[in-house]
Amino acid sequence: MISDFFLLRVSASLRSTILLLVFFAVSAQAEFRFPMPEFASGYQHPPVYTPAPSNAMAGWDIVVLLAALTLAAIFVLKRRKRREIFLLTLFSLLYFGFWRNGCVCSVGSIQNVATGLCNPSFGVPLTVLIFFAAPLIFALLFGRVFCAAICPLGAIQEAVAIKPVKVPPAVEKVLSMVPYIYLGLAMLSVALGSGFIICQYDPFVGFFRMGASSSLLIVGGLMLVLGVFVARPYCRFLCPYGVLLNWASKLSRRHAAITPADCIQCGLCADSCPYNAINKPVSAAAPENRSRGARRLGLLILLVPVLVVIGAGTGGLLREPLSRMHPTVRLAERIAGEELGRYKGMTIESFAFRASDTPNEKLYAEAVTLKEKFGRGGKWLGAFIGFVIGCKLIAVSVVRKRTAYEPNRGTCYSCGRCFKYCPVKE
Amino acid sequence: MKMAGRRDFIKNIARGALLAGIAGVCGMLVSRKNKYQCNGRCGTCKPGNGGTCPLGSDGYVWQIDPEKCTQCGRCATHCVLAPSAVKCFHSYSICGYCDLCGGYLRPDAKGRNTGAENQLCPTAALRRQFIENPYYQYTVDEKLCIGCGKCVKGCGAFGNGSLYLQVKHNICVNCNECSIARACPSNAFRRVPASDPYLLKSNQERRIS
Repeated sequence: MISDFFLLRVSASLRSTILLLVFFAVSAQAEFRFPMPEFASGYQHPPVYTPAPSNAMAGWDIVVLLAALTLAAIFVLKRRKRREIFLLTLFSLLYFGFWRNGCVCSVGSIQNVATGLCNPSFGVPLTVLIFFAAPLIFALLFGRVFCAAICPLGAIQEAVAIKPVKVPPAVEKVLSMVPYIYLGLAMLSVALGSGFIICQYDPFVGFFRMGASSSLLIVGGLMLVLGVFVARPYCRFLCPYGVLLNWASKLSRRHAAITPADCIQCGLCADSCPYNAINKPVSAAAPENRSRGARRLGLLILLVPVLVVIGAGTGGLLREPLSRMHPTVRLAERIAGEELGRYKGMTIESFAFRASDTPNEKLYAEAVTLKEKFGRGGKWLGAFIGFVIGCKLIAVSVVRKRTAYEPNRGTCYSCGRCFKYCPVKE
Repeated sequence: MKMAGRRDFIKNIARGALLAGIAGVCGMLVSRKNKYQCNGRCGTCKPGNGGTCPLGSDGYVWQIDPEKCTQCGRCATHCVLAPSAVKCFHSYSICGYCDLCGGYLRPDAKGRNTGAENQLCPTAALRRQFIENPYYQYTVDEKLCIGCGKCVKGCGAFGNGSLYLQVKHNICVNCNECSIARACPSNAFRRVPASDPYLLKSNQERRIS
């Protein structure tokens, strides 16, 4: 009883003190409410512990990246051993993935570079620039050796690709359009300042960091399970950096060759490739009437501008959903909704906005400008996608003469599986 | 033969163009990297050299501006790391060493003691230690702190605001785009030079005086 009474008294006095303090907090204008105490006991206050950034080893990343790229090029072009390439892949998974937490990665670096190009006040760190440029330059010289053994996102998928099955080539062709759309969306998002969506929706970085939002971890987990059967699903059907590597690798100076000598056309390599990245030989005899092929090609070339116009129109119509990528637009819509009484309560964003004393009109005006920009950006995005579809159609319709099984320079990841399967020895 | 030669020629031109493109983009970005956002506090840039940063844009890290932070609690939930790289910092030099600490005690606390039911911190990361009458020292156990900012809110509302959130740089992985910065409703995150990676309130006090 006594202790209860005591507690009540204490809590009552505490409450009144806090009430007083609240009043004090409102009325006080001074920097500090309480004077710093003078200690009679000679107490010295401890310093604030401010550890230096752990990122000081970014320079090492560049060294490791360049060394690993060189090694990968040697393994793929000179030594031609699948096992060595795979060991290097595992090293990259451990170093760039688990040790360096998957950041900075070349896939994300395109966003930094694009931001740097769009916004002159945004500097791109040298490390990021090298991570952007080095794999592309290596692809121009030696093919996609970066994908083979360096990229941590590729490496984690390569490690789980245990029972790869063949995806029908038609499905592969259609799905390989998705990276272009993703790249276009990411560039639009970066250009208009609504964030780095490639990093935001990176499915595997959560595993490298041992933590992410549960939905992303689930998506990443599902993708890894899918990756057991459909090898490298992210690389083939999503990776936006792969688009650039594909372009660079198509022009590569040297590229992994399947056979060390003459191809005997056994077809084992094409069976071994889980990525549909090996082109079959095409007989010298023309597969169809020459004039028919020429007419179709002409029609397809004429179709490209039509597709561009259709794409631009569709992209322009997507103004509203696209503009919701931007946090300011979302905030403006929320605030407008709150003003109209459409929502109950406030979100953290709307609370912080109201606390900042910015007039609503300013926010609305900003959102309207952004929406206009997204309308224009959407047209560009649509036109780009239309153009890509047109080019893909042309690429599908053109048949080249080929006497041997050859890697498709654009899509081949130089993983080296076919080396092992080729019966021809030097 | 002639066909192959022509194709090679076109390929060479395209390759050269792509290489020149990459080099051009990189060169352009490198040449202007010095204009990176800067708070001008680290002192490495001399007024004489036009305010350009000798560090370049490498060596920038994320930090929270305690003036802008509204303690929404997202630092605890939106960091790519778990627990978050954002921790509560305590600038002892501006602390009032209060017995009745708004950062330590819940507003409905039954008493001014270390009882768990009285503590505001959900993980008991804030420790209270008697110094001399009537002063108490409060220390943050960074292993336990999750960066939720509850104590920061309490200290800011009732005390001197000596508790505040900062990105702890031996933990932070310095992402391309900080995922808390993206979620921050008050735009309190910004890039600061890695040579001076903290926006400490105690420094600010020194600057004022």
